[in-house]
Amino acid sequence: MTNTLIFISVSALTGLVSFLLDRQKTISGFKKGLKMFKNIVMPFLNILILVSLLLFIVPPQMIVKYLGAGSGAIGFMIAAVVGSITLVPGFISYPIASGLIKQGASYSTVAVFMTTLMMVGIVTLPLEIRYFGKRVAVIRNLLNLIAAVIIGILIGMIL
Amino acid sequence: MTKTHFQKIKPYIWLAAFAFFSAGSFVFGFDPGKTITKSFVESFIEMITFIPFLFIIVGLFDVWFPKEKIERHIGQDSGIKGIFTVIILAMLQAGPLYGAFPVAYILYKKGASVKNIFIYLGAFSTLKIPMLGIEIGYLGLNFTLARTLIALPLFILTGYFMEWYLKGKNFKINDV
Repeated sequence: MTNTLIFISVSALTGLVSFLLDRQKTISGFKKGLKMFKNIVMPFLNILILVSLLLFIVPPQMIVKYLGAGSGAIGFMIAAVVGSITLVPGFISYPIASGLIKQGASYSTVAVFMTTLMMVGIVTLPLEIRYFGKRVAVIRNLLNLIAAVIIGILIGMIL
Repeated sequence: MTKTHFQKIKPYIWLAAFAFFSAGSFVFGFDPGKTITKSFVESFIEMITFIPFLFIIVGLFDVWFPKEKIERHIGQDSGIKGIFTVIILAMLQAGPLYGAFPVAYILYKKGASVKNIFIYLGAFSTLKIPMLGIEIGYLGLNFTLARTLIALPLFILTGYFMEWYLKGKNFKINDV
């Protein structure tokens, strides 16, 4: 609910400021935004269906056991490995992450999962090697894996 | 049914099947189906109450801060200003990390420092504005702020480390 208020007020405010500055630009900005929304809405709905099914099939106790606050290093490792290997667009992974938290996963394991998902890419490593060379690509991924674990630990301490 | 016809309805197949399944669950009192439908409706409401607004914000950003304009400054700036510019440029992007590699090549061609190229990759992976919006919507402002503020120094450090590590090693980015 608070989120909705944040988004409505921020978009209303930016929209208003933009409109006062330049009417034409604002209209084309709105059109761009709507177009992006249209492109994303169908895949998004399909993902929500999938998440609803998965959250029903996977029992909450299992999520708490392996990804909950008490899961410790094992939870971290599962989250890091799955996050590093899989290649999931953000708009898909966030509903999953929020579902996991609602079912009892801890913020720190979810943070590790999300950050490895964003920063470490094993599937895309061959492509990255073509751009940066083997050594640099591997080092970048390793450093980001370490960063993800640090982020997870600190988030667990803060939240 | 022609092929184009099929392609037109293809994106809606899952939704239609799900609607059918949900309706059936309620008609025949199939409890698991009801639970799944309720959870879908909840997540749908969660989504529809912020995603459209997020895209309005992103669309406005797109027209007011065109990426091409910022890209022109890359390479000439150094120090804090250079770091700031690459981070802003990265924040305006969208898409998966592998989409950042070609941009890294462009930055490299334009003479951006090794440090700034890796800071760009770090910011691209963790600070894109559309993604931050979705993150706030789903995981909350506190989570997003905490994650962002911890990630920021970490990938700036990564940039400095890579610059130090690659000094004199003849580092180059290839055009794929």
